[in-house]
Amino acid sequence: MLHRREAEPAQPRPARQGPPFWLAVPALAFFGLFALLPLGGVAVLSFMEWDGLGTPRWAGAEIWLDTLADPATRAALWRTVVFVVVSFLFQAPVALLLGVFTAGRQRYRAAFAVLYFLPLLFSSAAIGIVFRSLLDPNFGLSRAFSPGTLSTNWLGDPDLALYAVIFVVGWAFVPFHALLYQAGVRQIPASLYEAATLDGAGRWQQFRYVTLPQLRYTIVTSSTLMLVGSLTYFDLVFVLTGGGPGDATRILPLDMYLTGFRSYQMGPASVIAVLLVAIGLALSLFLSRVSGSGRMQSQQAGAA
Amino acid sequence: MRHTRLRAAAAAMVAATALTLAACGGASPGDSTDAGTDGGDDAQNGEGGAASAWILTGGGWPVTAASFERWNGEHDDQPIAVEEFENDAFKEKIRTSVGSGEAPTLIMNWTGGTLADYVANDQVVDIGAETADLTGRVMPSVAQNGVIDGVTYAVPMNDVQPVVLYYNEDLFAQAGIEVPTTWQETLDAVATFKDAGIIPFSLAGQSVWPELMWIQYLTDRIGGPEVFQAVLDGEPDAWSDPAITEALTKIQELVEAGGFGDAFASVAADQSADAALVHTGRAAMLLQGSWVYATFHTDNPEFATSALGFTSFPEIEGGSGDPANIVGNPANFWSVSASASDEEQQTALDYLNEFVYDDEQLTAMLDAGSVPPVAGLEDRIAQSDDAEYLGFAYGLVQDAPHFQLSWDQALPSDQAQELLTNLSQIFLGEITPQQFVDAMNATL
Repeated sequence: MLHRREAEPAQPRPARQGPPFWLAVPALAFFGLFALLPLGGVAVLSFMEWDGLGTPRWAGAEIWLDTLADPATRAALWRTVVFVVVSFLFQAPVALLLGVFTAGRQRYRAAFAVLYFLPLLFSSAAIGIVFRSLLDPNFGLSRAFSPGTLSTNWLGDPDLALYAVIFVVGWAFVPFHALLYQAGVRQIPASLYEAATLDGAGRWQQFRYVTLPQLRYTIVTSSTLMLVGSLTYFDLVFVLTGGGPGDATRILPLDMYLTGFRSYQMGPASVIAVLLVAIGLALSLFLSRVSGSGRMQSQQAGAA
Repeated sequence: MRHTRLRAAAAAMVAATALTLAACGGASPGDSTDAGTDGGDDAQNGEGGAASAWILTGGGWPVTAASFERWNGEHDDQPIAVEEFENDAFKEKIRTSVGSGEAPTLIMNWTGGTLADYVANDQVVDIGAETADLTGRVMPSVAQNGVIDGVTYAVPMNDVQPVVLYYNEDLFAQAGIEVPTTWQETLDAVATFKDAGIIPFSLAGQSVWPELMWIQYLTDRIGGPEVFQAVLDGEPDAWSDPAITEALTKIQELVEAGGFGDAFASVAADQSADAALVHTGRAAMLLQGSWVYATFHTDNPEFATSALGFTSFPEIEGGSGDPANIVGNPANFWSVSASASDEEQQTALDYLNEFVYDDEQLTAMLDAGSVPPVAGLEDRIAQSDDAEYLGFAYGLVQDAPHFQLSWDQALPSDQAQELLTNLSQIFLGEITPQQFVDAMNATL
């Protein structure tokens, strides 16, 4: 949790303490070299025409205008919005409920927690290949069980593929967020629940008026990770469908990759990359502004 | 010099982008001999003629790997460092490395648009004079793919890969029909198999590129090779040729008639699921490259020896193309990197002249069930284990008036990607032939 200790105003503020600034230098240098520098490079490249082989040619704003006006880019942007929103609507409630459930101290819940946690240990390429085989209408689950809904062409039907992908991505990431919520719930002091019980609050009311408000910052953290994470999510989608069928799952990160490393149009690919960075930054700034995480303080004053 | 630096910087940028995409491969190959080079300098490699080459995994590639092993065993002073890559990983990596002047000495390619790019940027050298002996032994229809504007920049190095029609003989016997040789017979066979609950044609729609084989063959049968040549030449509105529209219409008719079943978009070729449908008796026919023959033998030897049939693509009634024409990949090719030192280039050329399609490699290829594009092998093929299939494929290639290189290889990569996307939408019924034609004309 992101508590800041600002709650003791009575003492005179001592001179700045904590580790000296130079301890941050290696991390900053690393970040600059491997994050900021390439980012700057991509920004420059987004104004250039380059096929990966010859000499990059300056093209100015032309590439930006062309890429932004391209219906394919817009369609990919819209698909990304759907992907992010539906992913969030699917993952957030499931993760919250699972987290609250596994936070209980009962044995069987611990056993479940271990099982739920497993997908987090698998590599996303492995998850992708396994799900692709399971969802295969010819050789997948439908062969093991009686045919029916299982033989649906999940990844091959342009109307279903995006949602099938969202489900698999959710399956892979829910455990992580459930873990966040589990930790969050376990930090809520038992005294709050005792007080609520004394006041005659039932299970639902305890969840609604004690657990949820206490989880506020966990929700902010988890939601930010979920939204920004699915905005730039790539590997599982790439393994599952590669953007297909047609372009049904060609979300922006895939569009960037395919444009850059299949069509070898580094300029437009860089435009999409810059676009993704901008949207991602705006989104996380917006989230922290709305949720007030910049002003985060402990809500447990008096409870401990 | 300025350009080199700019190019190297740009390549570094791309590499960094690739890293952020978690496309993490191994260490950069080729560094074993020249660690600590600073990019793009020709005189960097003082030591002898140690060359390098990148090859692929799977298929017939072990034959090539063995050939390099033999070379290294006999040439201590001219070793060739070999790295193996998975197909897609290779395609991404080779481009960046060629662009940054760090390419291996021997650059493998499929000719077509990629080779044209390399040539346009002076990244491969003219090897016509040095390899005349080798190209003289190769079938002209294959060798000519490595020639651009009359100059030989690439020479074939493995098996010729025509696309053929495989079928399950048992299923045809059960249905009591013959293998289709015309379009009408094809439609009839589709109806018969569909009624019997069998997928008429297995198609790996998830991989998309197998769908190209259909449009390539149909266009060639209907309008001849000139139609696609016009596209390659960049003639305005070349995609508007009526032959292409008719081919697209026929494809959509076939899809609607249930010719590919209703789940072809979930079938992936990289897991050989399309071949599996045929050898498990759930699909009757498969239009695929000659390499699938080996897949059948590995995955289901019993089926492959007893019930696997193969033939050429049906004729189209009223079409002006020669029914003996074939499509596919003529072969993989070797080019020699322009950024390699003279010694490295010499090693590479020596290897090409002495070891490519030498006696031992030919034997190894025939044993593996692949067809070398070398003239005059009839007798050796007749004595091989797979004489029937190899003889069929060899004859197909030798008698073909025209061998069409796969369109996605022949076209520049940005156009090829457009083609694949639009074609998959044609198969899914999401766009009409006219929309396809308009979209593709816009790329010319």
